[in-house]
Amino acid sequence: MDVLFHNVRELVERAEQEGKLISEIMIEQEILITGRTREEIIQQMDRNLTVMEEAIERGLQGVQSVTGLTGGDAVLLQNYIAEGKSLSGDLLLDAVSKAVATNEVNAAMGTICATPTAGSAGVVPGTLFAVKNKLNPTREQMIRYLFTSGAFGFVVANNASISGAAGGCQAEVGSAAGMAAAAIVEMAGGTPQQCAEAFAITLKNMLGLVCDPVAGLVEVPCVKRNAMGASNSLVAADMALAGVTSRIPCDEVIGAMYRIGQSMSPNLKETARGGLAATPTGKAISKAILENGGLQSIKALQ
Amino acid sequence: MKFTSVFDIIGPVMIGPSSSHTAGAARIGRVARDLFGRQPKWAKIHLYGSFAETYRGHGTDVAIVGGLLNYDTFDDRIKTAFADAKKAGLEYEFIPETANTEHPNTARLVIGDDDGEMSVVGISIGGGKIEVSEVNGFKLRLTGGMPAILVVHDDRAGCIANVANCLAMHEVNIGHMEVSRIERGLTALMVIEVDQNIEDKVLQQISLIPYITKVSKINN
Repeated sequence: MDVLFHNVRELVERAEQEGKLISEIMIEQEILITGRTREEIIQQMDRNLTVMEEAIERGLQGVQSVTGLTGGDAVLLQNYIAEGKSLSGDLLLDAVSKAVATNEVNAAMGTICATPTAGSAGVVPGTLFAVKNKLNPTREQMIRYLFTSGAFGFVVANNASISGAAGGCQAEVGSAAGMAAAAIVEMAGGTPQQCAEAFAITLKNMLGLVCDPVAGLVEVPCVKRNAMGASNSLVAADMALAGVTSRIPCDEVIGAMYRIGQSMSPNLKETARGGLAATPTGKAISKAILENGGLQSIKALQ
Repeated sequence: MKFTSVFDIIGPVMIGPSSSHTAGAARIGRVARDLFGRQPKWAKIHLYGSFAETYRGHGTDVAIVGGLLNYDTFDDRIKTAFADAKKAGLEYEFIPETANTEHPNTARLVIGDDDGEMSVVGISIGGGKIEVSEVNGFKLRLTGGMPAILVVHDDRAGCIANVANCLAMHEVNIGHMEVSRIERGLTALMVIEVDQNIEDKVLQQISLIPYITKVSKINN
């Protein structure tokens, strides 16, 4: 298959040589591969953006999952921001709350856009709609944010993995966080190389993250992992925009992530046999949900 | 390259919480309905591996029933699928199995009505993508990513050529084709992946060809 880039180095080189944004290279590649028109491709991404926005709005109004394990934390965070006492900063917490909102909607069987997966669907939209309030992007720039994210996700998916079952949570929320960081940098006016630095810095700090969902469900710790992925990406984007670089090149970080995933025990890759799923409380929750008819049975014991 | 489109990364739009357990499950239900050719009246849904263990929490159950009602992965009605099934006269039963299957997310749907029944095995391979690995005991590999036609026929010479000719007449291009049979001379199955969605009149014509017993399709 003919593609414009196989890795981040080729992606950045092409963008620099042609004086284009990363998002533009991704759009051009999509046209090349699918044979669809630019308008069709932009429209589809526009629809995905709308789904993301609606999920955040719903989550911020408060949702509850079927199991009762997750829901309502996005509201708590928004209330806390409104009190004006946040220590880490309003924009960062706003991103965190919107990432949580998306994943709470996901856990509650709401409509979301998998980015790159359902379990990691909060990070990219969460950061986008928080940064939006600061950078006031046009709709077109917001759509470009998703193409930039997609360009980096494309490289990871084809050279490593975006699946928790294959590579641990580093592959899901780690990839999502890196994708978001790169997109923030582009929207804030950074260079393609700075996008790559932000991706590398982010993923470096998510390496080794295990996939250990309690009862095998996309709830605990997935929702809060999306929150931390979002904050990680914002800090890394700021670092890259400040001129900080990654000593280990982006593609080598992705390669490291792949090999770490390969050497990780299957117990730590979405089997619910290890990590937080195997803690006494994790096991009790699992038993209550899967065998004894719900969380009420745990509450009755307490 | 395993992933070709940016929409493999940013997408699909779906009902949560899991691309494998929910979106994939809905697609398995829908493909089974497509192959059956109409709304079934009853469904026995056997779940294996991870599907069997976590289907309630992941909404795998409502997603499969939603698929049987023809709902897509992003259809909000997936959540009310049980109530909708009652209204539509579809009875269903979930049977968690302990047997090990090749893939951890496997479902065997036995569906039917007064006029017939069908058995479909679907596996959810990740990111909402699925494969159909068995239909009525025939092993096959169908991704559901392309429109396809399934033709059950007597194992006789010329059957395959006649079906191919009929498709050619309607300018339908074949992308991939598999033929399998359980025993020589008895029933056989053709699985034909094609480039465009198939009109009902084409199916109608194929069904009139000698030795063809059943034709069904999956549109993309």
